[in-house]
Amino acid sequence: MPWFEKKPKFSSLPGAVRPSNVPEGLYEKCPDCYSMIYRKEFEENLHVCPKCHYHARVSARERIVMLVDPGTFQEDNSHLSPVDKLQFEAKKKYSKQIEEGRKKTGQLDAIVSGIGKIHGKTASLAIMDFTFLGGSMGSVVGEKVTRAMERALAERIPVITVTATGGARMMESILSLMQMAKTSALCAELDRAGIPFISVLSDPSTAGVMASFAALGDVIIAEPRCLVGFAGRRVIEQTVREHLPKGFQTAEFVQEHGFVDIVCERRELRGVLARLLNHLWYASPKRKSDGNGRSRAGSERSSKKTQAVEQAVAQ
Amino acid sequence: MAISYYEFEKPVQQAQDKLDKALAKDRQDEKHLREIQKLETELEQARHEIYGNLTPFQRVLIARKPERPHAQDYIKALTTEFQEIHGDRGYADDKAVLCGFAQFRGVSCVVIGQCKGREVKENLKYNFGMMHPEGYRKALRTMKLADKFGLPVLVFIDTPGAYPGVQAEERGQFEAIARNIREMFTFTVPVLCSVIGEGASGGAIGIGVGNVVLMLENAWYSVISPEGCASILWRDAQFAPQAAEALKLTAQDLLELKIVEEIVPEPLGGAHYDPDTAYANLGDAMQRQLTQLLKLSPDELREQRFAKYRAVGEWEENLAEQTKG
Repeated sequence: MPWFEKKPKFSSLPGAVRPSNVPEGLYEKCPDCYSMIYRKEFEENLHVCPKCHYHARVSARERIVMLVDPGTFQEDNSHLSPVDKLQFEAKKKYSKQIEEGRKKTGQLDAIVSGIGKIHGKTASLAIMDFTFLGGSMGSVVGEKVTRAMERALAERIPVITVTATGGARMMESILSLMQMAKTSALCAELDRAGIPFISVLSDPSTAGVMASFAALGDVIIAEPRCLVGFAGRRVIEQTVREHLPKGFQTAEFVQEHGFVDIVCERRELRGVLARLLNHLWYASPKRKSDGNGRSRAGSERSSKKTQAVEQAVAQ
Repeated sequence: MAISYYEFEKPVQQAQDKLDKALAKDRQDEKHLREIQKLETELEQARHEIYGNLTPFQRVLIARKPERPHAQDYIKALTTEFQEIHGDRGYADDKAVLCGFAQFRGVSCVVIGQCKGREVKENLKYNFGMMHPEGYRKALRTMKLADKFGLPVLVFIDTPGAYPGVQAEERGQFEAIARNIREMFTFTVPVLCSVIGEGASGGAIGIGVGNVVLMLENAWYSVISPEGCASILWRDAQFAPQAAEALKLTAQDLLELKIVEEIVPEPLGGAHYDPDTAYANLGDAMQRQLTQLLKLSPDELREQRFAKYRAVGEWEENLAEQTKG
């Protein structure tokens, strides 16, 4: 790349340029192009930089507001809370990190789940939050994804996950690794029952989460330029001493190689999801001929649950 | 192959050297024999002292010894009529994983094994036990044949991780692993996995969803290697011994956490000291478990596997701290 095309790594404007009478928090800096954006404009633009189209990370709660019809989201399993089973201690104790994550986010772990409507179409939702311990998947995240899928099976509604994660949570070691198996087991159950699963990848979606349920959506959608991959960039560079191609592990790169269906701007996401929910499920002739809720699921547990739900609905 | 020693094994090495030197002398007198006896006792003592109380990281090191029996050795020792098959029918043949059909103690099976080498040439051939996406796809293809023809699947896990390279990413490493995990839950034949050396993260679970998982005494199994964990959480790979401690990655830890069903004992100091005993121990444990699994119906096998993994995880149902959604 010629020098004159090089993008400055840091803003060339000295910090003092910002007028000192501007109240704190009125402007936000785009994490990618470093331009100052009027906060309200940034929020109205769904945290996408109006100048460079960078899709900034959003919390699970913000994501729900962006995706779900107002007033339709009903959270479930919000009482699931992580425990430090292994008494894990590195530079910090895991139990302390959980505490800090809680204070920082007001969440018990890196995920929010529940049901909600998108353009009037009901889906079971599991939405990850990168701000809590890097969106890592430990027992609670794994369990809530699993329960979201079980709820989809029981109520015969599609399931949507939105991932924002660095992978499995180291501090729960093997228990985290096994969440990959647990969540993927439910994906096999969804397959058997013919329930749609849409996986939405946001920045970043990598490692253990990407190598399990996030890669198993019937349709996989990614936000522009978000990081999608298995191994970390640094790990690849260090262990293999290979030159990493431009745009490596971006959504567009992964789509180019055939592992993502749709790269979709954040403002379009809701519409795309609604359309898919319709095609795969709500307008599908198979679902209609299916007696509207008769279980084809093989597992007895889910069919029992379905019956219970049907009875509840009938009453 | 000559036995290699780590720093912590120095006393064993010294005792062994002394004994070897004495044995090399061409003497038959009583004094010499007494000397040899004494040196043998000293070696035994040193081995008991060093190997009787291994730290987690010392076990990790033993699990990585190049002379340790590898998957291909176990397959050779424990099966007959082995017929290897190659390729993923899509891209290439990944030699880091050995796939084929074999007889295991009178039962026709499919075997899958992650291979490691003993010297440079072998290591390059097997890519140090690190599979590419085509390796996972080859394993899946082979396991699907097992499911089709009603053959039990025997898996030997020994990998420092799935290969972290540019081409591996381009060909969808995450997709290959994810798909394997999901598909292994659909099988209606017994899947019996044995962690024989290193069980590193996604690279291991990508072929490791079993009805029963066995683990060798000195093998390790974790979400990340101790070095990887140390370089992230301590920002220095030198803290690997502490990380190994924290990760709870030994066979004993995993048995207590109910991730593995059984620990297979190794000869004192590691399987490489007496491979034949190691083969026999693992073979007997596998036979015992397989006999039990073969009593289950196809549906029961699938359901048992699902139930085992569905139950994994530790959390609190903390109603008091429920967040308001």
